[in-house]
Amino acid sequence: MAFVFLLEQVLNGLLVGAYYLLIALGLSLIFSLGGIVNLSHGAFYAVGAYLAVTLTSRIGFAGAFVASPLLVALLGVVIERLLFRRFYRSDPILSLLLTFGLAMIIEQSLRIIFGAAPLPFSIPTALRGQVFLGSFIYPRYRLIIFGVALAAVIATWFLVYRTAFGRVVRAGVQNPDMVGALGISLQPYMTAIAALGIGLAGLAGVLLAPISGVHPAMGAEILTAAFVVVVIGGLGSFWGVIAAAALVGVVRGLTIYVFPPAGEASMYLLMALVLLLRPRGLLGERIQKFE
Amino acid sequence: MAHSDDLTRRMLLKGAAGATALAGLGMPAIVKAQSDVIRIGHLTPVTGFLGPLGEFAQMGVKLAAEEINAAGGVLGRKVELVIEDSVNPQTASAKAERLIERDKVAMIIGEISSASALAIGQVANRTKTVFINTGANSDALRGASCNPFMFHIEAANSMMVTAVGTYLKTENMIKGKKWYSLTADYAFGHDLFRVAKKFVTENGGEFIGEELVPTDATDFSPYLLKIRQAQPDIVASNLAGNQITNFIKQYAEYGLQFPITGFGFDTAVAWGAGKGNFSGIWPLIWHHMVDTPSSKKFVEAFTKKYGKPPENQCWGDYNSLKIVAQSFTEIKAADPQKLAEHLRKGAKFDILKSREGYFRAYDNQMVQEMYAVRAKDSDKMKDQWDIYDPLGSVPSPNEDLEVLAPPKDGTCKMQA
Repeated sequence: MAFVFLLEQVLNGLLVGAYYLLIALGLSLIFSLGGIVNLSHGAFYAVGAYLAVTLTSRIGFAGAFVASPLLVALLGVVIERLLFRRFYRSDPILSLLLTFGLAMIIEQSLRIIFGAAPLPFSIPTALRGQVFLGSFIYPRYRLIIFGVALAAVIATWFLVYRTAFGRVVRAGVQNPDMVGALGISLQPYMTAIAALGIGLAGLAGVLLAPISGVHPAMGAEILTAAFVVVVIGGLGSFWGVIAAAALVGVVRGLTIYVFPPAGEASMYLLMALVLLLRPRGLLGERIQKFE
Repeated sequence: MAHSDDLTRRMLLKGAAGATALAGLGMPAIVKAQSDVIRIGHLTPVTGFLGPLGEFAQMGVKLAAEEINAAGGVLGRKVELVIEDSVNPQTASAKAERLIERDKVAMIIGEISSASALAIGQVANRTKTVFINTGANSDALRGASCNPFMFHIEAANSMMVTAVGTYLKTENMIKGKKWYSLTADYAFGHDLFRVAKKFVTENGGEFIGEELVPTDATDFSPYLLKIRQAQPDIVASNLAGNQITNFIKQYAEYGLQFPITGFGFDTAVAWGAGKGNFSGIWPLIWHHMVDTPSSKKFVEAFTKKYGKPPENQCWGDYNSLKIVAQSFTEIKAADPQKLAEHLRKGAKFDILKSREGYFRAYDNQMVQEMYAVRAKDSDKMKDQWDIYDPLGSVPSPNEDLEVLAPPKDGTCKMQA
């Protein structure tokens, strides 16, 4: 009997992993290509959620679901052109400070515009309800999040590994100078990847707004977990991030089943353990420019 | 080679650490100063997880100052607020000292965190300046940590428990029922759970689950699965702030049907949950539907100024400033020492409830009525603020107000 409940936690952990993944994937993409440790990633997630709330009352949830990530991605283009671009070749500490400041500016702007109190937002009526598989219970909405996350991952994979665009991006990750020597300007690729990564954060914001509090600090709340996932997965590793997100979701679920107070600590312990045993992360690659 | 590889990984780790630090950063202070006014310090967290409540606290105290000044001020002088973000206990303590030493405030109003309230209370005692706590609930502040200059208009945890517990008893939700509780894993949650467990077990209920939830948890699904497995009769929340918003949203998402209640509550967290998510019976120190003339007047003035009804946190800060203004007028001086004496002598105040409140000398706790509310069905809501129905007040009209106050267990020893 206990086994059934454990299995239920494992499967639920995979669902939870899906939304860690949505945020971590963009973080990993931006870090891999430009070497930017994007501390403002959580803030873009919050912007996505606030856009979802604001747009849903005007164009409905379906409209907001499409429009918000695109708007956040557009914001990503602007940020990349104006700010990120200047820091690709400089000491990472500078981009760290830049994005830290950016995160604060965005969070405080949300606070000034919308107030500090959480904004009311619910799952659209059509997407409410639960699905029962045997004795297991799954909210329909979480299965939808899982589906969207899966689709986003597959689309990103296809883009990075199966297109000409992706080949240039991957070459840029390995050796930007060689790409330049071949006469390819990396700049538009950088912009596109930043837009994609930040847009994914916006998508996560839209998807999670109905099931978590929409308040200015929501980005800071989730950012740490996203970093943990990227570190466990290994730098620059697409599959590593996916494996790590699933692992973090499951380990957290099982920890809460056995010893709830350590629920959030479990992911940091897992990170420490991975770094001790395999400093490169689960599937971390050796990236030439970081060697 | 290995060195720089290491460096980037370290950068990422630093990133993780930075992300954590981001949550705790404060905003700069707002200070204005003028002579020939009575300056009142307002010190409460407006950033961090109590920030939403702090914002309501500031709205309340600003409205009170406006009303007092519009009516000619106090003793012929205008009231001027010096408003600061208390951030955390260390900052709260430093800012309280600065308010008193540099800004020469006549007294201090505010705080929500029990740890910061303790820090401000110590400064208040040392400098002999009155501090009225408007949001910190820990019973210890009224017990072992009490002092003659720290007053509490906010209810203690034990008062919240008794207020909602009284209604849970009449709803037959305690005796012989199996309880499952989720408790915020820090001082406030532990203190609240201790009092709540005592009340429930004394009244014949039994806890079959007592889970501690880290304050940084945003996903409650593993807890919800455990609750479903345990099949309790009642699910009780001793959570705090945004945790409650996340919890009630996801409780509705998972479709669990066990009745919910909670021992600590603020309206803002339920307003922020959204349609169809809020359920259960909850305690409140005051709510915007309290049906007394002064309460209605306050709600009207507040709604006119801010475009939304006042949250319960507004009540404490609004009334505290009104109490201070009235006291200064009555003792004919803006003198901190005399203010403390006056309040401790049991002066009575209209606090927008059907009976007047007073600070009792034993622990400086405001003795007053409290309320319980029941969540409304979402199809009966008139607007986004209309989320619950009042169940009534505790104590009942013919009972002594003191039955609700924390027990005089002798832990509070006021120095002379």
